[in-house]
Amino acid sequence: MAKILKQRNYHEDVRMGSFKGKDLISIKDLSKEELLHILDATSKIKGKELLKGKVLATLFFEPSTRTRLSFESAMSKLGGAVIGFGSPNITSISKGESLHDTLKMVESYANIIVMRHPVDGSVRYAAESVSVPVINAGDGVNQHPTQTLVDLYTIKETFGKLDGLTIGFLGDMKYGRTVHSLAYALSHFKVKLVFISPEELRMPEHYLEELRERKVSFTEIEDLEEVSQQLDLLYVTRIQKERFPDPVEYERFKGSYRIDKSVLLQSKQGMKIMHPLPRVDEISMELDATKNALYFEQAKNGVIIRQTLLALLLGTIR
Amino acid sequence: MKQQNQKKAKLFGSRKLSFRGIKNFWVPKKHGGVFLKEYKISAISEGTVIDHITPEATFKVIEILNLDKRPDLIISVGNNMSSKQIGKKGIIKISGSFLGADDANKIALIAPNATLNIIKNFKVTEKKQLKIPEKIEGIVKCFNPNCITNVERVPTKFTVTSRDPLKLLCAYCERRMKREDIILL
Ligand SMILES: [Zn+2]
Repeated sequence: MAKILKQRNYHEDVRMGSFKGKDLISIKDLSKEELLHILDATSKIKGKELLKGKVLATLFFEPSTRTRLSFESAMSKLGGAVIGFGSPNITSISKGESLHDTLKMVESYANIIVMRHPVDGSVRYAAESVSVPVINAGDGVNQHPTQTLVDLYTIKETFGKLDGLTIGFLGDMKYGRTVHSLAYALSHFKVKLVFISPEELRMPEHYLEELRERKVSFTEIEDLEEVSQQLDLLYVTRIQKERFPDPVEYERFKGSYRIDKSVLLQSKQGMKIMHPLPRVDEISMELDATKNALYFEQAKNGVIIRQTLLALLLGTIR
Repeated sequence: MKQQNQKKAKLFGSRKLSFRGIKNFWVPKKHGGVFLKEYKISAISEGTVIDHITPEATFKVIEILNLDKRPDLIISVGNNMSSKQIGKKGIIKISGSFLGADDANKIALIAPNATLNIIKNFKVTEKKQLKIPEKIEGIVKCFNPNCITNVERVPTKFTVTSRDPLKLLCAYCERRMKREDIILL
């Protein structure tokens, strides 16, 4: 039965309310109604017994302490148990065994699987190998849908809506999976997007093409000052050092895409600031205590969203 | 004789000539200046003819349709044959077997101009233009080196999101390929 339900996941929208037994692999598999349904279902997370007797396996073939802890916390809070590994080096699993075989083995120990892997598309493949639900916690540069749901939830909680907002993205638009995925999710709503990055880190054409096809209103600029008066929200991303062969270049970008309190002076009043964390030094700590900072809120919301997803896919809430 | 041929060439240029029922070509002088017979592969009484295949794709078509693994069928293949429409073409004639549209559509991706003719009693009873299917499984390689289909032994799966211009969406890594990105497996 679970297998049949899963096949519908293949780039097709499914009818709402049928999350039980399904996977969560890509934000693109979810319709607008399903996205909103997940956000609303957070209100159904009450009590500590929802997932009692259930086992979650967290398979992290690539380390991501934050995401893993967030899932483990979510499962424990609902009374479930957690097994798994946080890095493939501590197991014999990565040594030659195919992903398919690893997953088949884990399937017999767990009711639901959360998986992160450095190869694009690996989690969808893994999900096809087993009949228990699989949640993607990051596959290469491709998808990290629970992060996107956390971001949407944080925006909706803060502004009370997802329509009518002007949202700026600052930093690395080229490699930033978080940005690509959130921009896609926001394309279901009436928003204006502004991508602010150096020329070298502009959003790749294939993502822009997709946004154009989905009739999203967006602009690309290099300087935050040009738009900060119009932004309701500024989403800041990491500029990773390893993307730059020349360390001098890196220092230059790092400096010009770093924000501190002075940004607030030029911005629209009450502009909120988000960041997927961990930050390096894109955001000055002096912003942490301001009402504008939402990034710790985001991290906190990670747990409630993941609790909701676990309960929805295991069918203990609808 | 040679002189006579050259006279003809003056009259008709290097156009195709029909001479006593056999199609002949005049090869220009710099290439030898002779008449060549056009080789045709024989007509079939019943079966399927796939015509107007891009010459580079002819043998790939045989592979995709598994025709190389059918000892029960008589198959004739011609390649680099002259075609008014596409310059040169490949043609495959399968005696005694009628290829379904679903099977044939698999080759539309590599041979976009190909036509499918169903022959009964030496006559073409059905002529179909091939159409690229909505889903393509196997056949094409994903162009993303970090895609699971290029890392483990996973058969590829694509959704055709647009036919013109051609766009394929990888079901695994979600990257979109254009015609120029397509590599056959
Ligand atoms: Zn792929």
